[in-house]
This record gives sequence, C-alpha cells and structure tokens, in this order.
Amino acid sequence: MNGLLDALRACAVAVFLVLALGACASTSGPGGAARTPSPADPLEPLNRGVYAFNDVVDEFFMRPVAVAYDKYMPDVLQLIARNFLSNLYDPYIGLNNLLQGKPKEAISDIGRFLVNSTIGFFGFGDPASDIGLQKHREDFGQTLGVWGVPTGPYLVLPIFGPSDIRDGVGLGVDAWAGLINRFENVPFRNSAAGLTVVQARAQLLTTDGLLADALDRYLLVRDVYLQRRRNLVYDGILPEDD
Amino acid sequence: MLHTLLIDPLPLDRLPVSISPISPFRIPSAMTRLSSLFSCLRLPAAFAGGLIAVALSLGAMLPAAAQANAQAPDEFIRILSTRVLDQIKQDKSLRSGDIHKLAAFVDEAVMPNIDFERMTALSVGRNWREATPEQQKQLMTEFRALLLRTYAGALTAVSDQQVRVKPLRAAPEDTEVVVRSEIVQARGEPIQLDYRLEKKGDTWRIFNLNIAGVWLVETYRNQFTQEITAKGMDGLIQSLAERNRKFAQAAKAS
Repeated sequence: MNGLLDALRACAVAVFLVLALGACASTSGPGGAARTPSPADPLEPLNRGVYAFNDVVDEFFMRPVAVAYDKYMPDVLQLIARNFLSNLYDPYIGLNNLLQGKPKEAISDIGRFLVNSTIGFFGFGDPASDIGLQKHREDFGQTLGVWGVPTGPYLVLPIFGPSDIRDGVGLGVDAWAGLINRFENVPFRNSAAGLTVVQARAQLLTTDGLLADALDRYLLVRDVYLQRRRNLVYDGILPEDD
Repeated sequence: MLHTLLIDPLPLDRLPVSISPISPFRIPSAMTRLSSLFSCLRLPAAFAGGLIAVALSLGAMLPAAAQANAQAPDEFIRILSTRVLDQIKQDKSLRSGDIHKLAAFVDEAVMPNIDFERMTALSVGRNWREATPEQQKQLMTEFRALLLRTYAGALTAVSDQQVRVKPLRAAPEDTEVVVRSEIVQARGEPIQLDYRLEKKGDTWRIFNLNIAGVWLVETYRNQFTQEITAKGMDGLIQSLAERNRKFAQAAKAS
C-alpha cells in the first residue's frame, strides 16, 4: 500500500538481524578492545556491524547500480532527474524552515516550487536559482535540532547509513511527510523514491576514493556525519564555544 | 551517507573530494606562472615597506603605515583563494583534470601557507608530545602527502566559482582567528569554507580548514588516535606511508 513505509518496515526487520550480526562482529572488529570509545557513539560495536552490512549491500548492489546510472544516463537527463526530485522536496523544506522560525526562507522555498513547477516545466529546470531563490537544505532532523532536541547516540541505519536517534526519527517523518509520499500513484511513488536513492548514491561516487584512503572508514564517516549535521542545524554559524 | 542526501543531495558533484593518484613532479609552465603569482603576492608587502620609509621621514604617518605592513587575515585568505581559483581558471593545463599538474600547483601555491607542524600535531592529538622528534618529522611528511592528494582532488572541480570572504569578527591584536568564506557558484548553494589561522611574525599561516561544516583536523584525529592505540606511533606512520606509496605507484602506472 505504501512503498516507503513498507521499505522502512523491512528495514526494521533488517535492524534486528544486523544487530545480532553486529554483536558477533564487534568482538573481532578493527582495533578490538584497544578502541577508544567515543561519548557520541556508545553503540559503536553494534554500529560497526550495521556498517559492515551496509558496506556489503553497497559493494554488490547500490554502487554498481549508481555506477551504471552515472555511465549510461546522459548528463542532461541526470540533471533533469535531480532537478525534478529536488523540486518535489522544496515545499517540505519550506515547511521545515517555517517550523524552525525562518519564514523568509520558507517563502523562498515555496516560491522556488511555484516557479520551477511552472516556468521550470514540472521542475525539470531550475529557473528559480537564476532569479535568486536559493536552494536550502532542511529536514525534520534539523528542525528537531533547532528545537533543542539532543542528537542521542550515533546510529548507523541499515541501508540508510549514518544517522543518530534524532535524525533517525527525522528520517521517518521526512519519508512520511515528503511530497513524494503524497502521490496516490504507487508505481510513480516507488520509482521516485528509488530514483532518489540511486541518484544520491551516484552523486557520492566521487567520494569513494576519499573513503578508500581512510585509515578507518567507519570513523571517517561517523566524524564527518556528526560535524556536518551539527553544522546544518546551526546553518553554518556554530556557537562560540565550538 | 544516504540519509543526509535523501532530502536534498549534498552538491558533491560540485565539490568532489575524490582521490586520484599523483606524483610530485613539476611543470615548468606552471612554475613560471607561479613565480608571477608570488611576485604579485609580495607586492603589497614591498609597497608597505616603501610607505614606511616615507612615513619615517614624515613622522606623523608612522602608525598607519606600520599597520599596513601586517596584512589582515581576511585579506590574506581573499588574496590566496582568489589567486588559486584564477590561476586554475586561466591555465588550461591545470583544468585538464591532470591531477599531477594540480598537485604540483597546490604544492607551490597553497602548501607554503599552511603550518604543517601545528596541523599534524592537532590531528595526532594528545599523543603528539610523546612522539620523538624523528617520528614527528615522519608524521608531518606523510600527512602532507595525504593532504596534497586530497586538496588537489578537490580542485579538479574548479569551473566558474568565486570566493566571497565574510566580514572578520576578530580584534586587530588577535593572533588566532577564524576567517569564514564561501565558494559561490553560478548554480546551487554556496559551499562554506572556513580557515583557522595563526599569526607568525608578519604573516598568517593556516592550521585548520573547514569544508561544508567539517573540520579537517577533527576528521583525522579519531582515526589517528585509534591507529596509535592499536599499533603505536610507528604503526600510524607506517599505515600512512603505505597509503602514500600505493598512490604514488598507481600514479606511475597510469
């Protein structure tokens, strides 16, 4: 009935499987007992298990699909797909800006959606950027952060990857509330959700080299994620004590 | 990674931090351009020096001229980043995607402005002081190669970008400041790019770098600490050296 929620439910089942795997994997993980636990990551042994699972899924499924997409899909079509999906999220981004007490940004986001959906031909183009309506990057996890909800422990979600308790809840709300989920047409909805994931992974292909270069990929991803999310919550202006 | 990207993908296609193999050989044409770049960079200092000579004879103008001698940190970043971008935009060989040429360019244009000792010490963290001077030297060498690779990879994405340095929030007597800037491009959100600088004599040196909210030093610290805990200081040096060798070999093969 609902593609995204079904997917999330399937993920919940996968979590239990992977947590069990993770508990086994943790004893033989890199660094072993010598690891220095991070206060932000008390669930590290479990997280490493899920990370290893995600890595396998990525190596044998996500990455090959993204590589093929990047190779065979003409650049123009990739751009159109990216614009189209990005446009579908703009009203929801505007809603989050409103919830974060940023009405000016919210109006700009709605403006973007109106301009791009009409002049931009269903969002295939992005003329809104040309007239100075800048794309914003907001989600419900950030909104919770602005409201003062702490992140909770770092959490690696199956398939979805790095997160924390707060952002995990945010992700659930995002998936449920986003415009993609408002479409009644199930094949369209599932295609759009699938395309979102594939093109997001394709955009990350350029970072694969950086990951390969890391001493410990798990730590690199975690430390980048935590810093990046904190920065997003504060919109780039961190408090002085930082 | 996917989570952050589901709502609105990070514009990584515009900021690839991909790693490609490099080797440290130099390009003569790039060298000549670089020397002209450096003469440009030195010009304001020479000009200020001349001013001081005049001011000395005039007496009253001395304080103002002395101030002009020490460059403001935001000005330092503005000149440096504008030069780097302009140089890449003008030089076709640097935009050809040839990572060797870019690496040689970064080595000449960017690296002299970085305080490697401090940057390496901060990345290694509390273990730095326990390292012998020889180990510290080796760590700096290997870390430098790692950064060179990363930075050169990022510069392959230069096309139509401009740098906008934000107003400095620091007192004139501060010797450590954060300069905030952003990379502005024709399309898409600006990319945040901040620097931590320290004053060394009359000039400024970069010792930490923040791309899109992620500090470079903080990103390496936990990995380095873990490697030291597991394999010791020499183990970390070895791991870094191994990676650098691997990339150098891949560069030769290509």
